[in-house]
Amino acid sequence: MVNDLVVEATDLHKEFRRDAFQVIALQDVHLTIERGEFVAFMGPSGSGKSTLLYLIAAIDRPTRGQVKVLGQDILGLKERAIADWRNENIGFIFQTFNLIPVLTARENVELPLLLTHLSRQERSEHAATALGLVGLSDRMDHYPRQLSGGQEQRVAIARAIVSDPSIILADEPTGDLDAQSAQEILTILSRLNRDHGKTILMVTHDPHAARHASKIRYLEKGELLPEGAPQPE
Amino acid sequence: MPLPLSYNLKNLTVRKTTTVMTALGIGLTVAVLLGILALVGGLEKALQATGHPLHLLVMRKNSLSELVSQINREAVSNIRNKPGIQQLEGEPMVSPEIVTVINLPRHNSPEGANVNIRGLPPMGIRMRPNLKLIEGRWFQPGQREVVVGKSIARRYVNAGVGDRLRIGRGDWNVVGVLDAGSTAFDSEIWVGLNQLATDSNRMEVLSSVLVRASDPVSLQALRNSLADDQRLYLEGKREVDYYQEQTASAEPVKFLGIFVAVIMAVGSCFAAMNTMYAAVARRSREIGTLRVLGFSGGSILLAFVIESLLLSLLGGLIGVLLVLPLHGLESGIGNNLTFSETGFDFRLSPAIVAVGVGFASIMGLLGGLLPARGAARESILSALREL
Repeated sequence: MVNDLVVEATDLHKEFRRDAFQVIALQDVHLTIERGEFVAFMGPSGSGKSTLLYLIAAIDRPTRGQVKVLGQDILGLKERAIADWRNENIGFIFQTFNLIPVLTARENVELPLLLTHLSRQERSEHAATALGLVGLSDRMDHYPRQLSGGQEQRVAIARAIVSDPSIILADEPTGDLDAQSAQEILTILSRLNRDHGKTILMVTHDPHAARHASKIRYLEKGELLPEGAPQPE
Repeated sequence: MPLPLSYNLKNLTVRKTTTVMTALGIGLTVAVLLGILALVGGLEKALQATGHPLHLLVMRKNSLSELVSQINREAVSNIRNKPGIQQLEGEPMVSPEIVTVINLPRHNSPEGANVNIRGLPPMGIRMRPNLKLIEGRWFQPGQREVVVGKSIARRYVNAGVGDRLRIGRGDWNVVGVLDAGSTAFDSEIWVGLNQLATDSNRMEVLSSVLVRASDPVSLQALRNSLADDQRLYLEGKREVDYYQEQTASAEPVKFLGIFVAVIMAVGSCFAAMNTMYAAVARRSREIGTLRVLGFSGGSILLAFVIESLLLSLLGGLIGVLLVLPLHGLESGIGNNLTFSETGFDFRLSPAIVAVGVGFASIMGLLGGLLPARGAARESILSALREL
């Protein structure tokens, strides 16, 4: 069972200084995520949800504590190694899609593959497959400005899964979308979890979105509430 | 692996106006530098290609040019009898010459400019076999006839075959045009030695004597012999060195041009830097995203440096295109040794173009490096949070 843990966070603590004030973003978080779980993190703004996601993705470093992801102590890695590790193991989905505006959908999806040893032909095929999985085979040569918000987020999902990472981290993936587009995105994420075995950690404010997850964890003022705790008022 | 080049190219084309304005600034700087280098290159070509390696130009000691040198005819006889001089059909290859200047009106400058007139004997012409007559015929000894260099024929008023020039006491007929292969002789008017001596009252006093040595050793021996002869008070200079020294006339122009280009380059560097800082600021979130996808800080730095280089190369190309019409353009520059004008063609050689492109690249590199470094070093989190 231990081998199936993809995330193990111990005593995770994050503080930062904002102007004259010391802000505690996360305090003493203990968290384990098993392979194949779809976990939603909920809580009010500033509760530390996104910070937790960034620490797991090694985008940020904790003030203290430990994070192991897929058995790897990511805090012990140097910057170059972290970049490679992230490219190989983590797919990240942003609230604002964060597509590169000057690149087509296919080129955006191919970006993570530029860091692999795949040939141009293979990269193109993988990108086409990923875009097919999110239902955008007919939009491959469109630029982000030519796509709707929902389509842009689907491209971003394709980019997140194209290198076949074990973990997908989604930071408010439906936050900028209308209800119908949000439903499409959540359906895709559920399918990736159910059919492709991806472990998904999703930050959301939306209870409806959270219901697609197999588990909901709540954060409040930087603290991770115990599993099964009710949603705070 | 670095980001694809198409990423940089597309980013440059997306912000067309900024790209074009910055590239134009760099292009103008490159154009100024290339214009000056083309001028200096053309002048150097004209002067450096002049002269024969076995020719010794004999002038009065310490004379900086033929114009201010004086040699009497007795000294010429003395030189003629020195050993080591090459013979042509039993005659020593020695050409006593008079050099003087006249003012001629130019097509685009009625006040005119000084032009060298060279009076020389038939041997003087035979000693310069690379010249060819491209129009008319050679002057007849004893006649007031001149042959003009092709640069004179093109740039000066009434200097074509059939025209008449006022020299000294009379009018001289232009009977031919010579092509000296873009050397300094293209900027001279050639006449018979004795006719010029008569018209300018210089029967006894000549300017210089051109001597062809049999070989390089004899040339050095002749130089030594002239230097040692206190009675003659003459010195011999290799003809090629004499013209090479005249390229110094272009030094002030070259210095000023390069100075202006460097000042402009500093401005262009800041323009490139400003453009790249704006690009980095505008694409901060994009940079953060690329870092999250696994691109290293080094890849980001490289991408922005490449983008800046592409921008500057576009500027370099604009600079080359701006200055291209100058190539082959005929002009002249005052020569402070001969007090006359030396004609030359602007020459935009591949080497000069390479210097311009290299100059543009340096501007791009310097302008792009700091913004790129900033982009590479920004933390992923703060990059992602920029709006």
